Amino acid sequence: MSVAPFPTTRRSVVIALASADAAERTRAFDTLVACYWKPLYKYARVAWHRSREDAEDLTQSFFTRAFEKESLATYDGAKASFRTFLRLLFDRHVSNDWKAGQRLKRGGAEVHLDFEAAEAEIGRDSAPVAPDEYFHREWVRSVFSVAVERLRAACAVEGKQTHFAIFERYDLERERETSYRELAARYGIAETQVTNYLAAMRRRFREQVLEALREVTATEREFRAEARALLGGSR
Amino acid sequence: MTWLSDDTLSHLQYIAETPDLTGTRYQLVRELGRGGMGVVYEVHDRELDRSVAMKVVDDPARGEAQIIAALEHPGIVPVHDTGVLADGRLYYTMKLVRGVRLDEWRRDHRGRTEALRLFTRICEPVAFAHANGVVHRDLKPENVMVGEFGAVLVMDWGVARTDDVEHDRVIVGTLGYMPPEQSRGERADARSDIYALGAMLQFLLHGEPVPRPLQAIVQRAMAKEPRDRYADARELATDVLCFLDGEPVSAYRESVFERSGRWIGRHRALLAIVAAYLVMRVIVFFSMKL
Repeated sequence: MSVAPFPTTRRSVVIALASADAAERTRAFDTLVACYWKPLYKYARVAWHRSREDAEDLTQSFFTRAFEKESLATYDGAKASFRTFLRLLFDRHVSNDWKAGQRLKRGGAEVHLDFEAAEAEIGRDSAPVAPDEYFHREWVRSVFSVAVERLRAACAVEGKQTHFAIFERYDLERERETSYRELAARYGIAETQVTNYLAAMRRRFREQVLEALREVTATEREFRAEARALLGGSR
Repeated sequence: MTWLSDDTLSHLQYIAETPDLTGTRYQLVRELGRGGMGVVYEVHDRELDRSVAMKVVDDPARGEAQIIAALEHPGIVPVHDTGVLADGRLYYTMKLVRGVRLDEWRRDHRGRTEALRLFTRICEPVAFAHANGVVHRDLKPENVMVGEFGAVLVMDWGVARTDDVEHDRVIVGTLGYMPPEQSRGERADARSDIYALGAMLQFLLHGEPVPRPLQAIVQRAMAKEPRDRYADARELATDVLCFLDGEPVSAYRESVFERSGRWIGRHRALLAIVAAYLVMRVIVFFSMKL
């Protein structure tokens, strides 16, 4: 059978971080920040009990230093998953900051992040769990959010706003008490179309999740392990 | 960016993993379990109007369905069909086994003899696979099903390897059943499965007083060095059957006293007849004297 079970269209940004091409490194870094900044910020706030201001500085300075020193390019896939590597690097960063007894100074170009939104989410998250479990949960949330946004953008480009709206109503806003018939009436389509749209959106959502995952993992083995961790832990 | 609640996250994880059976003849019924390299579901075959098990595999390169299909044995679940889901994942369907897992079976069945006879039946498909150059690499009670009529099926060949495949150095298996060489990432061969069978025998005997010959069988099967283990699963099963029949076992050198005890145990009926005969002769002898 020649069909690949996982999409392989996107290149691993973890590998691209070590690229000789500066533009490719920057692009890879931006993707990485998009997936990881929020889990790290929340992790600093909840697991490290840092103030809002400290957590903002720690997250900013972590990414800034990581980019300048290219420390992320030292990742060795044989030792741990990239997610674990990043968290341990962040732990060390926070710990060094604490030992220094002062906030790390920001340097170079700042990464612009929406801390207001992240802060608002902290109060809405469920009960606290162990630090590594918390980071894992926030990482899942972040990867899924990236996938949802990419799906939304793709649907807008393709003129499939109704497809996405049905997915949003039924799977994201959890209006599952709403019947397919009601959704069909709301969007002026046949009930069978609701079923088809939803099935197509779910399939594409899965593709987006796996594409995002492929970007933030270094090897095929790590990708498969993370796919299992991401998709297999719900039950 | 959309904030996703914990409830929505769980739901999205569920829908992203649940197989999309669009375009297949199958309808999803429920998840049955998770095993080596995939998830197994119960699905309904609309064409044949029957329930079958469907495994959606993570890594089609492993050729799990092909490995099982090559192993035609009553103790190995036959593959019905393979295909590709709408989302690109590979699946294969197989007979839906009704029964209980060995670990569940052990909770309800405490008789040693019954457990040992069952164990020898587990060795049969494993020996057959070894004879065909296939090593299971993840034998454990959770991967053995005991059918309604005592039939034994060895399941989950997801991490199985054929002899001709290059060693991938990936550590697979389950702690407690994994031999030392496998946990070091070294190549697993038939003797690695022998170790796991030994651990399963130990599991089946847990909580019971274990006679020395049986202890010796477990120890030989679970020897640290592969060369010190049984050469194959059939040899292991033969030793267990010898124990059941009161015969000497190859793994244990018994003393004269133990040999006599075993001989007496085996020939209890004959000895009773001889003893009764002798008693009668004595009675006759003394009655004639009087």
